[in-house]
Formats: sequence, structure tokens, C-alpha cells
Amino acid sequence: MSNVTLRNVRKTYPGGVEAIKGIDFAVDDGQFCVLVGPSGCGKSTLLRMVAGLETITKGEIDIGGRVVNDIEPADRDIAMVFQNYALYPHMSVYNNMAYGLRNRGMPKPEIDTRVREAARILEIGALLERKPRQLSGGQRQRVAMGRAIVRQPKVFLFDEPLSNLDAKLRIAMRVEIRKLQRRLNTTSIYVTHDQLEAMTLADILVVMNGGMVEQIGNPLEVYRKPASTFVASFIGAPPMNLITLDADEIRAQFSGDARANTEAGILGIRPEDLLISTEAAASGGLSLDLVVDAIERVGAETFVYGARARHGEPAISARPGELPPGEVIVRVPGQNAPAVGERIMVTAPRERLHLFSADGRRRIDL
Amino acid sequence: MVERQGIRGLVAHLILWVGIAVVAFPVYLAFVASTQDAASIANGQMSLLPGGHFLETYTRTIFVGTSGSTREPVGVMLFNSLVMALVIALGKIAISILSAYAIVYFRFPFRMWIFWMIFITLMLPVEVRIYPTYKIAADLNMLDSYAGLTLPLIASATATLLFRQFFMTVPDELLEASRIDGAGPLRFFWDTLLPLSRTNIAALFVILFIYGWNQYLWPLLITTRDDMQTIVIGIRKMITTSDALTEWPMVMATAVLAMLPPVLVVIVMQRLFVHGLVETEK
Repeated sequence: MSNVTLRNVRKTYPGGVEAIKGIDFAVDDGQFCVLVGPSGCGKSTLLRMVAGLETITKGEIDIGGRVVNDIEPADRDIAMVFQNYALYPHMSVYNNMAYGLRNRGMPKPEIDTRVREAARILEIGALLERKPRQLSGGQRQRVAMGRAIVRQPKVFLFDEPLSNLDAKLRIAMRVEIRKLQRRLNTTSIYVTHDQLEAMTLADILVVMNGGMVEQIGNPLEVYRKPASTFVASFIGAPPMNLITLDADEIRAQFSGDARANTEAGILGIRPEDLLISTEAAASGGLSLDLVVDAIERVGAETFVYGARARHGEPAISARPGELPPGEVIVRVPGQNAPAVGERIMVTAPRERLHLFSADGRRRIDL
Repeated sequence: MVERQGIRGLVAHLILWVGIAVVAFPVYLAFVASTQDAASIANGQMSLLPGGHFLETYTRTIFVGTSGSTREPVGVMLFNSLVMALVIALGKIAISILSAYAIVYFRFPFRMWIFWMIFITLMLPVEVRIYPTYKIAADLNMLDSYAGLTLPLIASATATLLFRQFFMTVPDELLEASRIDGAGPLRFFWDTLLPLSRTNIAALFVILFIYGWNQYLWPLLITTRDDMQTIVIGIRKMITTSDALTEWPMVMATAVLAMLPPVLVVIVMQRLFVHGLVETEK
């Protein structure tokens, strides 16, 4: 069994800065867990605590039924892939992969078997005698993964392993990492700030913010029911439109729903759920009048940026990653889009609306 | 290039050639003098072409020494200088790389304080602390010994500083990868840090070898026995024989011999050095 369990894990740096403020979650055997969040949210720190590269101030980390708080990284039965790969520059690819096994005193023939097997899986058999500097970024990435694979660890730890690759290679490697993980069926924890990577790779998604967990769950579940405005604007691209409504507006929008009509709140609607339409939405749905102020065509779809044309509308809270006040993004399939300056009406059905508490911390299920 | 730039290029090259001549001519003259017989040099009738006494002078210089009865053959001096330069260079590298390793990679009390202590010794060259250093060497019975010649010169703030700066450019992830790969502090040092420092070590070795080889004041103080003197001291002693004629061919031969090891070190190490520069991933 190689499940990983974190129990109320905390990290306080000597200066008193609290980087991790109490985190609980569990990754089951063979699951792929992705930690995602903006930079500085503590996701890398948390991963390094699992690896044993950072001390744990409070709480417990349990790998395969054994509390590893005081165990050296080498003895935790983990393997880590670093963002800059951290290959030993003076060693050949073969030695890079064999080094950890040699340090464990593994017999030579077995090391050879494992290295060649890993090289075969990763298709780097022809590169074994090369030095890291003679490799391309993607090849280095493979070697770094090879170094992890040969260990046959209980847990793979990935620290933003794709962020040094160009966009095309990143997608290819992303698919490959997923396939490899399925094939080896090794429990993995993967850190990224890229929500697309997070969505595509994860069995369980852990969205972090400010040293705390915002939401844990299946990626699609997180997408469908974000637990806070932070998650709503972080998961999904372009981000969810968030519109602050006062108590009256909430009552008008959600008339008859007892759970919604008490106080002010934030209304959320994903750009892909908005439809350009000529008639107002059916009862309970949302209709917005917009003046188109920018168009982005990416081929398969078009993003329409519109300013809300209704006067006296409340400004949208301007947090990082959110839209500027008053602006709404609509995602239109294909290339047909209104012209800049045109007035349009967009609508969304009732079941696609999200409602959050006024501070954005809590989802109100409707 | 010369054709293309015409007159200007020609002038530039002329100036360069004059520069080379100014630097190289004395060296050439020393070599020529070492192949003439003593009398023609003393007469001031030295030819500018090499004479016929090359083998004779050099054999006598290396294996016999000057006719002044207490003088050792230059072979002995060469050996002494070689030992001194090698021990100083290797000792300095060994000590400074280890102290830099400790300062950069270990957290211990007064770490920065110790670093600054080492740094401050930069302000105190041998000449400034020569009396206390001599006193200590004498009290420890190190006069006229290789230990006395080398140990007091081995501590090196410069090299420590250099290695510290280099270690700080090594990515932390390498250390972390090593830790995950089960390499302890010593393993990391031997398997990763030392191979990465090769270029720096080669460069330092060249500088420190020449530093050790050219030491004058300290060997002059610490050695009195002729069989312990270094070649730099030896040359000077050969010249100041007031009771006899200075044997100029042998003095010049000694000078030429004294020049050779540093030149050799530079040539050999430079290859390694350039090789290392090309190899590093930057």
C-alpha cells in the first residue's frame, strides 16, 4: 500500500512566516493527485515537506502507513522530478539514473536491468552515454523521469516538471506522464500552477491558496461546483465571470429560492455557459446587456469581451486573476462574433449560475 | 586581416611585435648567456647567438652546482621548490574547498562570523604577520623543514572566497536530488561538487603553484641549510658571492630552469582549463 496521508500539516519558517496553515488530505494507492494554486500558495513547500526536503513544523505526513516526519528523504521511498530537472551535469544519462541505486548498494546487474528498462519505456535508450548538456529540454525531462522510475518508489513527486518546456512539448509530455503513471500505477503528487495541466492529469485536485486548501475533489466536480470565488476564477480558462450583487438584486435574480434571498452575494457564470441571444432568458435565468469592447479569435472559438451596459450596476471586485470591474467574457464557438461596439444580449440558464457569499469564501448551493 | 586593413593593420602588428620583443628579448638573452662560457660574459663580449656550452653548463648546474663550496646543485633546489609549490597549491585548494563547503552547505553557530574571520585574513599577507608566524614556526621546530616552508602559507582566504562564490551558484536542486538519491554530505561533495569544481580547481592550481614557486621572503627566513633552499633563493645567493667571480652562465641556466616548471604548469593546466570551460553547462 502506498497511500499518502497528510494530517493537519503546518509549516512555520524561523522568521515566523506561516507557509502552510494546516492541511489535511489523503491520496489513495495509485492515485494521481495534483496540487494547484497561484505562485506563493505553498504548494511547492508542501510537496517538499512530503519529500523530506523541508521540515514539518506540526502535524503528520504518512506514506504507506508509516509516519515519515523524521525520516531522511532517501529513506522515504519517494522519487522526485524537479522543475529544472536537477540532473548531475558531469554524469552520463546512464549514471544519472544509476546513481541513486548505487548509493543504495544495489548489485550492478540489477541496476543495469532497471536503467535499461526505464530507458526503453522512456525511449531514451540511444542517449544513455550522453551528458545532460547534450540533450534537448524534452530529453532532459525524460531522463529526470527515468531517474525517478528506476527507483521503483512508493510515490512519485513532481515539482512543476513541465514549466521549462515549450508549449507543444508540454502537451506531449503531459499526456505521456499520465500514460506512464497509469502504466506504473504509482501514487503521484504533482505540483503545478497551470490549471489545464491540473485538470487533465488529476484524479484528485487540491486547489491551494495562501497556505490553505480551498477545495479538494475530482477535477470535473471542482469545475462544476467551485467551493469559492477563488477556485471559480482559478479553475477554467478564461476564468468564471463574477458579478457582485446586492441583496435586492439577489432577491430579483433568485426570486422564490429561500437559500439565496437573504443578503448580498457574488454571482458566477462561466464564459462557456453564456449564449448570445435575441430574447431574454427563461424564468430564473440570467440576461445581461453588453457592449462589445474586444474580440479574441483563436480559431476554434472566439472570446467576446463586453462591458455591462446596464447603468448603476455594481462593480465586480477586482482581485488578481479576475476580470476588470464590469467586464464579462463570453466564449463563442467558431469564428462568428459580433463587431466591437455592438450591443448584444447574453443569457444563461438558471442551472448554470453559481452563487457565492459576499466575501467569496463560501458557495451557496441552489 | 592584415591585407584588408592595409597600413593601419601593419602598424598595429608592428607595435605588437615590438612589444613581444621587449618582453621576450631578456628571456632570450638569459638563455643565450647560459650557453656561453663565463669569461666572454665577464668581458662583456657576449654573442647574441647561442654558444656551444649548453650541455656542459646545464649538466653542471643541475647535478653539481656552483664552485662555491657550500652551494647545492640546482637539481636539489628545483626539487625543494617543486615540493613547496605543490604542497602550497594542493594544500590551499584542499583546505579552502573544504572550508567553503562547510560555510555554504552547513548551518552551524557563528557560521557567518567564521566566514568573516577568514575573510579578514585577506588583509594580512605573510609580510605583515611575518614575525609572529616565524616565532610560531620556530617554536614548533619547523625551521629548515618542508613543513615550515609550506604550512604557514597554506591557509587561503582568497581560494575559500572563490569556492564559496562558486558553490553558491550550484543549484540547490542538485543537493536535494542527491539527498533523495541517498547521498550523504561527503558523497555529495565527492560525487557532485568536486567534479563540478574541476575548472575552478585547475585555474586556482595555476595561480597558487606560481604563488608558491615565486615565494622569496618566507623561504629566506625559514631556511638556512643549503639543502633546503628553493631555487628563487638559490639564484640570488649565486650572484652575491663576493669572494669569487659570479658564474653567470650557471646563474642564467638556473634562471631558465626556474622558469620552466611554472610555464609547464600553465600550458598543461590551460588545456584542462579550456576543456573544463567548454564542458560546463552554462
